[in-house]
Amino acid sequence: MTTYIGTATSRVDGRDKVTGAARYAGEYGAPDLAHGSVVNSTIAKGRIRRIDAGEAMKVDGVITVLTHENRPPMADNDEAYKDDVAPGDGSPYRPLYDGSIKFNGQPVALVLAEDLETATYAASLVKVEYEEQPHITDFEKQLGKAKALPAPAKPRGDAAKAFAVSDIRHDAEYYVPVEHHNPMELFASTAVWRDGKLTVYDKTQGVQNVQRYLCGVFQARPDEIRVMSPFMGGGFGSGLRPQYQVVLAVLGARALKRSVRLVLTRQQMYMVGYRPAMVQRIQLGAKTDGALNAITHNATTITSQYEDFHRNETTWSGLLYKSETASYAHKLVRLDLPAACDMRAPSAATGVYALEAAMDELAVALQMDPLELRLKCYSDSDQHTGLPFSSKSLRECYSQAAEAFGWSRRNPEPRSMREGNDLIGWGMATGIWEALQVPITVRITLTANGHAEVACATSDIGTGTYTIMAQAAADMLGVPIDNVTVKLGDSTLPPSPVEGGSWIAASVSNGIVTTSNAIRDELLRLAETMPNSPLMGIKTADVTLSDGSVTVKKTPRSTVPIADIMRHAGVDRIAQEKATKFGKDGKHAHNTHSAIFAEVKVDEQLGVIRVTRLVSAVAAGRILNLKTARSQVMGGMIWGIGMALHEETLIDHRFGRIMNANIAEYHVPVNADVHSVEVIFVDEQDDIVNPMGIKGLGEIGIVGVPAAIANAVYHATGKRVRDLPITLDKLTRDA
Amino acid sequence: MNNFQYSRATDVADALSQIASDASAKFIAGGTNLVDLMKYDVEHPSRLIDISHLPLTKIEETTAGGLRIGALVPNSDLAWHPLVTERYPLLSSALLAGASAQLRNMASTGGNLLQRTRCLYFYDVATPCNKREPGSGCPAKEGINRINAILGTSDACIATHPSDMCVALAALDAEVHVAGPNGERTIALVDFHRLPGDTPQRDTNLDPKEIITAIELPPQGFSKHYTYLKIRDRLSYAFALVSVAAALRMDNGTTRDARLALGGVAHKPWRNPEAEAALNGQAANTDTFARAADIVLHEAKGFGRNTFKIDLARRTIIRALTQAMNGTPQSQSSKKIA
Repeated sequence: MTTYIGTATSRVDGRDKVTGAARYAGEYGAPDLAHGSVVNSTIAKGRIRRIDAGEAMKVDGVITVLTHENRPPMADNDEAYKDDVAPGDGSPYRPLYDGSIKFNGQPVALVLAEDLETATYAASLVKVEYEEQPHITDFEKQLGKAKALPAPAKPRGDAAKAFAVSDIRHDAEYYVPVEHHNPMELFASTAVWRDGKLTVYDKTQGVQNVQRYLCGVFQARPDEIRVMSPFMGGGFGSGLRPQYQVVLAVLGARALKRSVRLVLTRQQMYMVGYRPAMVQRIQLGAKTDGALNAITHNATTITSQYEDFHRNETTWSGLLYKSETASYAHKLVRLDLPAACDMRAPSAATGVYALEAAMDELAVALQMDPLELRLKCYSDSDQHTGLPFSSKSLRECYSQAAEAFGWSRRNPEPRSMREGNDLIGWGMATGIWEALQVPITVRITLTANGHAEVACATSDIGTGTYTIMAQAAADMLGVPIDNVTVKLGDSTLPPSPVEGGSWIAASVSNGIVTTSNAIRDELLRLAETMPNSPLMGIKTADVTLSDGSVTVKKTPRSTVPIADIMRHAGVDRIAQEKATKFGKDGKHAHNTHSAIFAEVKVDEQLGVIRVTRLVSAVAAGRILNLKTARSQVMGGMIWGIGMALHEETLIDHRFGRIMNANIAEYHVPVNADVHSVEVIFVDEQDDIVNPMGIKGLGEIGIVGVPAAIANAVYHATGKRVRDLPITLDKLTRDA
Repeated sequence: MNNFQYSRATDVADALSQIASDASAKFIAGGTNLVDLMKYDVEHPSRLIDISHLPLTKIEETTAGGLRIGALVPNSDLAWHPLVTERYPLLSSALLAGASAQLRNMASTGGNLLQRTRCLYFYDVATPCNKREPGSGCPAKEGINRINAILGTSDACIATHPSDMCVALAALDAEVHVAGPNGERTIALVDFHRLPGDTPQRDTNLDPKEIITAIELPPQGFSKHYTYLKIRDRLSYAFALVSVAAALRMDNGTTRDARLALGGVAHKPWRNPEAEAALNGQAANTDTFARAADIVLHEAKGFGRNTFKIDLARRTIIRALTQAMNGTPQSQSSKKIA
């Protein structure tokens, strides 16, 4: 039965969110709550010589100032600090561990006071003396010292040789700056202390990840720390790993043996992870008909000195388009900055930007329509592995988006389309992401009165997980959605990995199917002993749960109310907890795809760019909820506008310090920057990827959008800007 | 943010007596800038004297035929007041180009004049800044100075004044009425803000013991040929890279009275009498506009990342004067440039 799945169901938590009933990590209280404020380093590298908290301690209401010198004990080995998402190489950062300074803005002291204002004021009085060492934050200057990583993917043929003899060659470098996530909700943790045990309300994309991490760092037993995150005001990857505020809140609580709340400031939000800056060199060689015969994609990205974070930017180039040869390389530059981390569509937002901007340049060189070039190079199999896709409706994405956009009316000549002072540009790009799924456990409790509770330790990071879980459970159990209660974001619930990678919707929905089937099986088992039951001898696969009854599919009049079964069995509820694993599919590649078309209008004299239209057609298997899905994809597309035109974290290399650490000067799109944004979901039935045919939507919305806009800007102006963001001054600069 | 005392002033005399008794007190009205700066530890007043209840909220016609705007009129009320939209649409437009509706509801007219610079180094107490801490140095000169000044800079400071409203007020020859311990006085808007020189810590010529009571506009409102054209890094809710208030009195294609003020380029709203004189009595066209732009910018100096502003300012001046001439002022809601 699919009463709810696939419909535009409104968020089940919508009312709580708009009325303020939904509480976030920094909104939980406790009778004995103390408030924290963090002092951050003002140098990028060196050692703390001395911390003078004397003045701070004199302030009425200050309880204590914790530093590396007087903090409670913490683990002394890297393993304890390696959370589920930690990169393999390097040593995870340990907050307030010792006197070494690894990046500007690193926490060096935690002031704890009776109220927030006092803590904040006292923090401004803490004096820190440093022994400064020379630091390096300038990526460009360190490019020559990049460290090569193991080859990200197996090369195909000899790309260099093939490129050298290609009819048409394109070779260019593309630059993406450091970018920050800027979720609306600040990183916050409230550690509630009760008789030596802690309940930690944390802003995180993975409560169990944080719980395990805290138990490791503080050498605590699993039952001593519970982590909750029922609501989250945006994560975008920044909340995949435990951030330092949760360590400091717990440190504070353990030091004081009372509850502590710590909320970072907006400025401090820029002193945690970020999307790494990168230079990508792309070489594309093609025959005159547009067929690619060589792809080379080399990426150099940044990370910290202490931990090697990197994702595989280059993988998409090799996968997406047919080419006889391909080669990839990835290098890493270590800088005195915090470690980079995942940010929406990590590696694809950036890697596909470079690839798709390069494809546009190749189309220009070929004098070929950019869409036609994509179709010419279209691949029905993953070019890395040769495996066919479980489903790939990218052709339909291209045709439906092109049709909606009016692409056929495009004059290919740059600067040819005008409207008054505006140059009009039309550009397009392809988007791709992986359809991932992770092992997950779901518990369902169905009561005789027809109410269902669905529980899983996953997170709803704002995307609508509560809602899709309720939809799936309502349909699978045959109850109205209002009868479903969803519990998530609690480390004591059945296991779930972090919410990221676009994998939770597919994983948890299929998990609900598994557990619902177990509920159904149990009902049938109980019904076996009912006298004169029409369910006698019926196989589980032949019944459905609908309208509060167990019904035989082929003979719908053969139906028994669930309440009757439970009454007969003398139970008032049935609870099942089942793990769902997704087998390794060695025969297919699993991916989502999109086609994006963008229109920009650029004032010819002033260079002011408006993205007047964006159309994205997405193929991502079955869409669970048209409303939340559309919102999620739109959010990604709008972020793509920001990536193309606005976003850049500015570092003053003399100080090794981020200078625009606020959302006044770090620009993201505002309403005025967003005009028509159209989302099309292409029908895509996928019986292979997982039983529900779901592929996930978290990342695909942004992928390709920056390239589509950059390509449109080129078409409008004839000016190719390869270093993002495309600010107006770059349209008039030389070269 | 430090702890501070709070008191409310009952009238202007009370406000003046309160500020006279505490050298590190500050007035607060809308608080849209001051509270931010306190949170960033840039400002730490010992006392906030709340003047938001003073009776300075009227917009009245003067006997001379101009307009007197109380210092506490919210920016949004001012922007939408019929006398302003009809007679001084340039002022209305500049106001609507700034901030957001929410901020304009809070921000007062007097407070708008006293906005402090958005220079990244001024805002970050971990870095030196001569404006914040005289003598500590100016990292902006060789640093991240995309939003910094190209005109009237000094060795000590290359900050800009961030207001949009003031650019229009400068073009309109507004006057600032202030009251102080020695009575009332009037300061021309163009003389209200200072150039940084070697005292960048002083933004304005207002004495710390004085209070702004009103802004007065002369009768000439240039309601026919005007524009406020603001160029920024996104289409709303960003400070100007360059903004231009242009106002013309035209007579058969000839400019009779030209006003040209720039924002985002200097420590004060930038007017250049020579450039205006070069327009007056001349045919209004791209050539004369370009000549005026060249005069405004001939001493402009870039500092690397902001050097593009010189050429951008030139283009923006020409475009703004063209918009004013054509009677097609820049819309602040449609972001298409007229």
